[in-house]
Amino acid sequence: MATDPIHQFQISKWIPIEVGGLDLSFTNASAFMVATVAAAGAFLFLSTSNRGLIPTRAQSVAEMAYEFIANMLRDSAGTHGMKFFPLVFSLFMFVFVANLLGLVPYFFTVTSQIIVTFALAMLVIGTVIVYGFMKHGLGFLKLFVPSGVPAVVVPLVVAIEVVSFLSRPISLSVRLFANMLAGHITLKVFAGFVTSLSALGALGVAGSILPLIMTVAITGLEFLVAFLQAYVFAVLTCMYLNDAVHPGH
Amino acid sequence: MAEQNGPDDLEQRRRKLEDALAARQSASNGEGGAQNTKGGGFGNAFKLSGEFIGGVVVGIGLGWFFDQLLGTTPWGLIVFLLLGFAAGVLNVLRATGRVAEFGSAKPGNGGDDPQRK
Repeated sequence: MATDPIHQFQISKWIPIEVGGLDLSFTNASAFMVATVAAAGAFLFLSTSNRGLIPTRAQSVAEMAYEFIANMLRDSAGTHGMKFFPLVFSLFMFVFVANLLGLVPYFFTVTSQIIVTFALAMLVIGTVIVYGFMKHGLGFLKLFVPSGVPAVVVPLVVAIEVVSFLSRPISLSVRLFANMLAGHITLKVFAGFVTSLSALGALGVAGSILPLIMTVAITGLEFLVAFLQAYVFAVLTCMYLNDAVHPGH
Repeated sequence: MAEQNGPDDLEQRRRKLEDALAARQSASNGEGGAQNTKGGGFGNAFKLSGEFIGGVVVGIGLGWFFDQLLGTTPWGLIVFLLLGFAAGVLNVLRATGRVAEFGSAKPGNGGDDPQRK
């Protein structure tokens, strides 16, 4: 088990619950999702509970997070897009905190489960489709017709654009999931080298220094990836929301 | 005590801070870009393969769905697989910035700028 790099992704039932044949058990994944929401919520709540004109460190981190997302959303979707700020900010905080919690040893990484990232991506794309049709009616479909295309190839182009649009939630979720999964497996494999090499005696202990250095370096890299992937997720969400707010330029 | 020059002073300091922040931001942006091109080969591979596979998978899914619905096996799968392939290539080209973004008419089109603020 100690050297099995996949074991960390196994889901175990903590409290088995079954309702009408549906398995609604409270698993370790659910527990860490709750922990993620609690940690993000508690941090934002506590850091802004006694707001000062001169912010404390925690408060300025919270303010930076707010401004970071607000600027990102305003730049990509305009001021009309700001009504989606709560959605984008929650998504960013959830993904970011889940990624960071996953880096704690023995913790479960929620975002390394494709169903979680796929659900988040479907939420985004669902919002885009529902809001797009609500706001623009059938005009939303102009999104799929690029202007300046000869009439003969329009059906083909539209078909390709529709498939391309529908593939967005898949690439959005696969990207986050694959990055977290690959990062954690790499980390585990290198850490596994350290234990198995050092079991070989003095030479092995000397040889295990190299993978140990790699493990430390990759851990640092994983912190970068944790932020970067949350950032990428939020940026793409903003871009997709922009299509819903202003389709068919 | 600093009543007269207070607001002025504050304004000046704020402007200075803004300049410093802007400088810091552009510096960090440059850094991030360098990081992207250097350490991002792995990430880029993931991103692009994800885009391409996403297109193909959706094509297959749609084709299979239509076949089930209309009983046109295997034509839906064939047609939508090809469409999915094309969409995957389009996704990759878009991700690398070689084709105009979704919805905009031409590459580098500035027509949407007024609405984008």
